[in-house]
Amino acid sequence: MHIDAQQENGICRLQMEGELTIYHSLEIRDGLMGHLAANTEIELDLSGVTEMDTAGFQLLLAAKREGTRLGKAVRFVSHSQAALEVIDLYNMAAQFGDPLLLSARQ
Amino acid sequence: MGMDQALQTYIEESRGLLDEMEGILLRLESEPQEEETVNAMFRAAHTIKGSAGLFGLDAIVAFTHVVENVLDEVRGGTLAVNGELVELLLKCSDHIGLLITVVAETGEALDAEQAAAGEAIAAALRSLLGGAAAADAAMPAVHEARLAASGGGLLEGDYWHLSLVFGRDVLKNGMDPISFIRYLSTIGDIVSLRVDDSELPELNAIDPESCYLSFSIEFKSEADKKTIEDVFEFVREGCKLRIFPPPSHLAAFVDRLEHASGNTDMLGQLLIEAGILTGHELEDALASQESMAAVCGGAKPPIGEVLVNEGVVQKEVMDAALEKQRQIRDHKAQEAKFIRVSAEKLDELINLVGELVIAGAGASLLAQRSGDAALHESTSVVSGLVEEIRDGALKLRMVEIGETFNRFQRVVRDVSKELGKDIGLEIGGAETELDKTVVEKIGDPLMHLVRNAMDHGIEPAAARVAAGKPAKGSLRLNAYHDSGSIVIEVADDGGGLKKERILKKAIERGIVNPGQSLSDNEIYNLVFEAGFSTADQVTNLSGRGVGMDVVKRNIQALRGSVDIESAEGRGTTVRIRLPLTLAIIDGFLVGVGKSAFVVPLDMVLECIELSEADRKAADTRNYVNLRGEVLPFVRLRDQFEVKAAAGKRENIVVVQYGGQKAGFVVDELMGEFQTVIKPLGNVFRNLRGISGSTILGTGEVALILDVPTLVQLAVARDEQLAMHGA
Repeated sequence: MHIDAQQENGICRLQMEGELTIYHSLEIRDGLMGHLAANTEIELDLSGVTEMDTAGFQLLLAAKREGTRLGKAVRFVSHSQAALEVIDLYNMAAQFGDPLLLSARQ
Repeated sequence: MGMDQALQTYIEESRGLLDEMEGILLRLESEPQEEETVNAMFRAAHTIKGSAGLFGLDAIVAFTHVVENVLDEVRGGTLAVNGELVELLLKCSDHIGLLITVVAETGEALDAEQAAAGEAIAAALRSLLGGAAAADAAMPAVHEARLAASGGGLLEGDYWHLSLVFGRDVLKNGMDPISFIRYLSTIGDIVSLRVDDSELPELNAIDPESCYLSFSIEFKSEADKKTIEDVFEFVREGCKLRIFPPPSHLAAFVDRLEHASGNTDMLGQLLIEAGILTGHELEDALASQESMAAVCGGAKPPIGEVLVNEGVVQKEVMDAALEKQRQIRDHKAQEAKFIRVSAEKLDELINLVGELVIAGAGASLLAQRSGDAALHESTSVVSGLVEEIRDGALKLRMVEIGETFNRFQRVVRDVSKELGKDIGLEIGGAETELDKTVVEKIGDPLMHLVRNAMDHGIEPAAARVAAGKPAKGSLRLNAYHDSGSIVIEVADDGGGLKKERILKKAIERGIVNPGQSLSDNEIYNLVFEAGFSTADQVTNLSGRGVGMDVVKRNIQALRGSVDIESAEGRGTTVRIRLPLTLAIIDGFLVGVGKSAFVVPLDMVLECIELSEADRKAADTRNYVNLRGEVLPFVRLRDQFEVKAAAGKRENIVVVQYGGQKAGFVVDELMGEFQTVIKPLGNVFRNLRGISGSTILGTGEVALILDVPTLVQLAVARDEQLAMHGA
């Protein structure tokens, strides 16, 4: 798992690649924390997520909440199939889908 | 309790259960299927099997197991009850009875023939089982329809509600809620799922390997609570799982509780049996009950309260469960009101009471003689108590005759099938009580009378219809109390006895002389003579000329009498009269010369003085005018050849037996006396007019009069005199 960060118009785009699971949960948390602290707007691109579990899901959820708390925007875009499945199962599409943004980008 | 004793209890219990089973089967045949009765039958088989297992009676276990399986199918509704099945199950019940007799009681194995018969029954049962399974497979549609019907309450919003709070370490343990939720969706539909992230801390405070999420799920499924709970079996530890049934299930739960088997009166077990609570939930609740008790300092809150407070069981369901528990406890309490006592101990007690009565009489006699008023008073109090103890002790031996009567349901059913007649059995006065010893001994004579009535009494259907009677014959067993005796009637609505034929046969056999003139009653009673049978046909049931005389002898051995009444074309009634008890009676003490006699008080109607005029006339006639009625009498002085000269006065004790009155002429009336009956030795067996002896307070012996014989004697003499006169 690694996170590629890219700055664009003041938005930090994070490209997440690989397994978003408990095995990497510590490094993901630290990575997310770092980027959140440094940026005001974050867009997480989940298209590279090959696997996601509850630990990973939990971290995304926490990141989103952290953003709300700090007044920073946190968005998820381009969900991979693996990510979608979990979000769907947990019935959390509303929080993770950011459909408006998705449609705006396409 | 030793093993032998336990086994004895098992044998007795099993017999009781088999009787019950048989009763149910016979009811099932005539009445539509009732769920409760089938359940009771299943439980009976189950209990017999279970206990047989304890004693290692494998043969019984093996056979009963098959029976149990079949009954389970019947209970589940996959196997319909019909005449054939009832017939088969009756055979099963017989075979189990045989197994108990042979295997449990004697500890031997069945002989080859019996074993083969058992195997044949078992095979028939198995074929039923196989059939049911095959039918099940062939008709899945029916099965599904049943499911849909049972889950008929699946309306919108009628879902299971699951509340899942996983343990913090669930992820670290390599398990992921995702997989459980996925698995859950294989046994039903997840209608909606809500993730509760309120426990999730801020990002920097998160232990990324812990689980902070909890879930609430609306779940649509036909599965039961246990199945749903089992999905989370591996994460039970540390996981808080609450499963709430769909609203429509509440009614079903209440219903299931109402029909719970009653095997347990523990609330938790009751709820588990009804599928409302799972074992894990109960454990959790018990644990929290303990911890609550620790907090409040000892007092444990009721488990029902804990379950309701924690939302495991809904209040209305709990109310139903508590109600059921109360019912079961009440029922148990009722059961516990009976204790088994060995008949021997009871007999011992009665013997002792008998001795107490005699000793008490002696004491009060002495007190009376001493003239000490205070002593006299205290002994009379003791006498009163002794009397009460006597009555109480005798009541212990009293049993209702209904149980004996009910055995005949089966007999009537089987015999009527064998004979090809349609005969119904009516039972009356089943609650009439009589001494247990009498009940035990009356079975055989009754059996004979019942068979006789069915075989010879009730005509074949065609003959009945021709005679304008209903095709179905009716046999009636009735019992009632009548002046100190119990009367048992066996009545049929058959052809009745044919006087001419009886008389002809009696003359043929030399029982009566051709010229003798007999009353109807006397003719009917000829059938009780030895070697008498009027049946044209000898069947394997009756009609071999032995029987009625044996019946009479058996009944006489019980100090009873038997009488027959018949109307040609309308039926026959055999009436058995038996003393209520064989041990102690209330007697009326009379004196003749120096001898004392006891008349059973129940049979005494009144006492009158024998007037001077009647005394004089008594040499020529043996009757007096009792308020315009002819009262035949017996002079006990003459009857028993009492040597002493007659006193200045004589009295008549008027007694009644079997509808006939007679008088006993005695010197002295000495009043009521509690009489402990001591049988006479064999030497006196042929003594007429004496049925036993008793010991007086003075230590003297008094003879107990055999009222039936003496009454007959008086009446017969009277009739003879009347005939002479004519």
